[in-house]
Amino acid sequence: MSLRILVCVKQVPDPEQFDRITLDPDTGSINRGGIPPVTNPADRHAVEEALRIREILGGSVTVLTMGPPQARKCLEDALAMGADRGVLLCDMAFAGADTLATAAVLAAGIRSAGEFDLVLCGNESVDGATGQVPAQLAETLGWPRVTHVRKIEVKAEENRALVEREIEGGFLRVDVTLPVVIAVVKRINRYRLPTIFGILEAGKKEIVEVGCATCENCGLAAGAMGLGGSPTRVVGVFQAPRKRRVEMIGGEPRDAARALVQKLREMGAL
Amino acid sequence: MDASGRDQMSDILVWAELRDGRPSGVAFELLNKATDLAPAQGGTVSAVVIGPGDCRACAAEFIAHGAGRVFVVEDPRLALYQAEAFTKILCRLIAETRPGVVLMGATSIGADLAPAVAARIGTGLTAHCTDLHMEDIDGRRQLVMVVPGWRGNLMVKIVCPEKRPVMATVRPGVLEKGNPDPSRTGEIVSIPADIGEENFRARTLESVREPEEGGLEQAAIIVSGGFGFYEAGGVSLLERLARAIGGVTAGSRPACDAGWIPETRMIGQSGRTVSPGLFISIGTSGAPHYTTGFAKAALIVAIDKNPKAPIFDIADFGIAGDLRDIVPALAEVLESER
Ligand SMILES: Cc1cc2nc3c(=O)[nH]c(=O)nc-3n(C[C@H](O)[C@H](O)[C@H](O)COP(=O)(O)OP(=O)(O)OC[C@H]3O[C@@H](n4cnc5c(N)ncnc54)[C@H](O)[C@@H]3O)c2cc1C
Ligand SMILES: Nc1ncnc2c1ncn2[C@@H]1O[C@H](COP(=O)(O)O)[C@@H](O)[C@H]1O
Repeated sequence: MSLRILVCVKQVPDPEQFDRITLDPDTGSINRGGIPPVTNPADRHAVEEALRIREILGGSVTVLTMGPPQARKCLEDALAMGADRGVLLCDMAFAGADTLATAAVLAAGIRSAGEFDLVLCGNESVDGATGQVPAQLAETLGWPRVTHVRKIEVKAEENRALVEREIEGGFLRVDVTLPVVIAVVKRINRYRLPTIFGILEAGKKEIVEVGCATCENCGLAAGAMGLGGSPTRVVGVFQAPRKRRVEMIGGEPRDAARALVQKLREMGAL
Repeated sequence: MDASGRDQMSDILVWAELRDGRPSGVAFELLNKATDLAPAQGGTVSAVVIGPGDCRACAAEFIAHGAGRVFVVEDPRLALYQAEAFTKILCRLIAETRPGVVLMGATSIGADLAPAVAARIGTGLTAHCTDLHMEDIDGRRQLVMVVPGWRGNLMVKIVCPEKRPVMATVRPGVLEKGNPDPSRTGEIVSIPADIGEENFRARTLESVREPEEGGLEQAAIIVSGGFGFYEAGGVSLLERLARAIGGVTAGSRPACDAGWIPETRMIGQSGRTVSPGLFISIGTSGAPHYTTGFAKAALIVAIDKNPKAPIFDIADFGIAGDLRDIVPALAEVLESER
């Protein structure tokens, strides 16, 4: 029994450099500071998990992204890690999508890319950071879902998976039938880095580019994609207000420590 | 908008999550906010609670916290979170009662349930909100949902102009809880679960509790360490201070990434939100993604060797100095007073 796995990966601005993003107070527009794109961190763990499952059960790993032409890079990175083929969903019509419209296009793209037993996602992306896409993707596909997953055991011959799903203060054990959408947390594994060999191999692997013109039978209405298919709108960005005024306590460490403890006692905090 | 031109945004439905049979705190926070928003729009506040049975005692609590009506869905199969069954129940209730706004807590469960519900009914959902308010946008009253974006210090305002209901998940611990008023009256409406085997393709078998010393939510004092402990070779100093001050430890992302603090105790946008009486942050630069997790603490103390570190901008008291000197000094002062 081999498993057909698809992993959704997303290209995001490097979160390590988010502090370069600034707000122009006059125009209210965000200056993204030319931050280089990377693969969303959680998604690399999703790719790793797919590779591990393939190593145990056999099968194939397809990576898919919806994004601009340069998002091809995150597919190439996943292929270099060991994925088998890539699908790039790229069309101007997809632009400006919120999570609902993103899920709609991802679902249509997955359907047109073939049949799959397991779709893996990262639990959340660092730029949108909504964590909404995986559950919405599952709904759109009509599949069950498990999010916040930190352990997956696929019982391929029984057509189901046993997973551990994190909650506050513990976890839930969930038994789910295939096909299923599973969103993984970073804790699930340590991902491998591409080897030179992997990078060379990746060059020979196929990346299919799919847009509206090449995919007429996906059944997705034009109004369901991109900005037009997005029920939510961003209407403004503002700087978080600052509320506190700091009182600095100086002096030698011992004196400063004493002074602080005394102030905290006076305020009833200790 | 309906025929009368009234935007159907007035009636608010709150999903009141239960954990181990008890209401989660965020349910009260949402109800308090809803009782703020709804009457001004001429609307009502309802809550829905799903559980295995005995939900009526909780229902009375929700009424005291402002729900005019509580829908109770009881079924022995719903003792644990069952993703598909819960989704179906909520979608049906929303279709039947047609609220204008649906609010849920952005707990790990709410963050799974809300997007599925929104997708099934085809409406907009805004995740992890830190504030909700009404505002005139494009010439009409709209619910504005505020979420921290990018660096966390940029707040993004989101609306859902056309689709109803407007849906939002709200971060636990951010909104005020409000005080219960036992004299409030309300209606308790039992509704059947109406679920079958087909709603259990994903079946939660059991809930396993993992020992987590010192609950962060209940802690009166939290001492939180950051990457600044790198030079100290780990957070043993932090642990000493926590013991001396009677608090519990937590950390910023780098401290958790380094393995000094368990990831379940990471503070911030991707971690926990806490509001203790005293929050002491040590060796943390004060990135908004981190500080957003404790902005509601009653008192904040910052210790960092960089006097210009942004952490001092959000603190009540600050000490600029090397934590390897300050933290032992603090611990000694506290220990000597014992
Ligand atoms: C989408 C997103 C979500 C994020 N979510 C979170 C989150 O939930 N929680 C979180 O914590 N982070 C989060 N981050 C990361 C966050 O932006 C910061 O990178 C992180 O909080 C920085 O942690 P730090 O302050 O410990 O480390 P640093 O920024 O490296 O700061 C270390 C500090 O220690 C001080 N220091 C060094 N040595 C000493 C010494 N000997 N004595 C005293 N002080 C010393 C330095 O002056 C410095 O101020 C997120 C990032 C992104 C992009
Ligand atoms: N444009 C996209 N292309 C492919 N996968 C995506 C896209 N957006 C979101 N995802 C997947 O959904 C997960 C959660 O994203 P989000 O809901 O935006 O936080 C990501 O980790 C990806 O696996």
